[in-house]
Amino acid sequence: MYNWDFFTVMQSFDLFLIGVWTTFLYTVGSIVLGVIIGLAACFARLSRFAALRILSRSYQELFRCTPLLVQILWAYYALPMLLGVSISNTTAGLLTLSLYVGSFYSEIFRGGINAIDKGQREAAAAVGMSGVQSMTHIILPQAIKKMLPAFINQSVIQVKNTSLLYAISVAELTYMTSVVNSETYRPLEAYTLAAVMYFVMLFPLTQIADHFERRMRRSD
Amino acid sequence: MTEPVIAVRGLTKSFGSLEVLKGIDLDLMPGEVLGVIGPSGSGKSTLIRCLNMMEIPTSGRFTFRGQEVTSRFRGKGARIGTGELRREVGMVFQHFNLFPHLSVLDNITKGPRLVRGQSRAEAEALALDLLAQVGLADKARAYPSHLSGGQKQRVAIARALAMKPVVLLLDEVTSALDPELVGEVLAVIRRLAEGGMTMVLVTHEMGFAADIASRVLFMEQGRIAEQGSADDILRNPRSDRLRGFLSRFHG
Repeated sequence: MYNWDFFTVMQSFDLFLIGVWTTFLYTVGSIVLGVIIGLAACFARLSRFAALRILSRSYQELFRCTPLLVQILWAYYALPMLLGVSISNTTAGLLTLSLYVGSFYSEIFRGGINAIDKGQREAAAAVGMSGVQSMTHIILPQAIKKMLPAFINQSVIQVKNTSLLYAISVAELTYMTSVVNSETYRPLEAYTLAAVMYFVMLFPLTQIADHFERRMRRSD
Repeated sequence: MTEPVIAVRGLTKSFGSLEVLKGIDLDLMPGEVLGVIGPSGSGKSTLIRCLNMMEIPTSGRFTFRGQEVTSRFRGKGARIGTGELRREVGMVFQHFNLFPHLSVLDNITKGPRLVRGQSRAEAEALALDLLAQVGLADKARAYPSHLSGGQKQRVAIARALAMKPVVLLLDEVTSALDPELVGEVLAVIRRLAEGGMTMVLVTHEMGFAADIASRVLFMEQGRIAEQGSADDILRNPRSDRLRGFLSRFHG
């Protein structure tokens, strides 16, 4: 019978906290940047200029169709060789996570905007609203409601994806857990604790997503 | 001699290789109520949608109160843009197109506040007045999803009127309504006509067109096939085709 000993790993609890905090920072940072990138890519895809559409489409497919881990390793190890400058693991990690999630967000945003009946845009135009006014006052407020469940789901995945930064030694939760493990030789307790911490962070988020999905179905 | 509000010469509109309008000449005079009838696919809806540049014409001259209109949102030089045109030329749609995320009051005040720069108080006072005119004073705080089709369309008319348009375009505004709700919408339009509002209405309500239209156009295959007073067109049709078209409505 295995002799559980959480006490030993709990003595390194401060290391776990550093990990949780770093995971949180990378999640929030990459979601904020991802939203900005996603919006830009989304409007580029909807643009009337073919060059912008092609550019946006290429970006989306490149990041959606290659594994995130490969992107992270590439940005940290390969990109510096290509550019001849060194890139910190912080920069490489944050940039890759943001671009990755941005490519998914942009399609979620585009789907939400396209789901709005074209009569809405016509009605806005018919009272003389500009394209920007119609987008900000009429289309986006309705589209955001439609996007929300998919957006939250993608963000939940994003929290878990930060664990891949382990591969380039970013001090997020998974990496810090490995540090605790190598100090205590207690992998079972350490990784169980890490899983519990991820769960505690994510469970509320999935509940919020479900809540929005239910509410949306009611208003339809 | 009075100047036409909207004057159109040689207007054509193609969607890809399909030519929907094949050269329309039209003068819309102030105070005129122009009824547009014709079989489906005749181009009547495309025509009315060209009159506020919702569809950009493929070719032809388009002037609003003597000023040429560009296809861009903002005008350039002496030419006005579609934004300026649409401020003055209101439109009501077959499927209402109310903004579902906004209350009835906000549906009506959004345009005047954003586009005309009216204050909230000013815009709301006007909106409440218009709602009273269309018989919906008690619905200001309601949301569109809680209204009947007839009520939605009356709100849509109020929304268009809130911009104080010079011309009102009505595109089959009763076609999506249950028969028992058509009357309340027609009553509102009738009052507008009596008040001297310049209007263009695409309609299948022949009796109504005969009643309020000062002029009727019969469209067929992208052209104006016949036009004249409501009496001439609807009661004494000359061409066989128009007679055939009308007989289907008297049935």
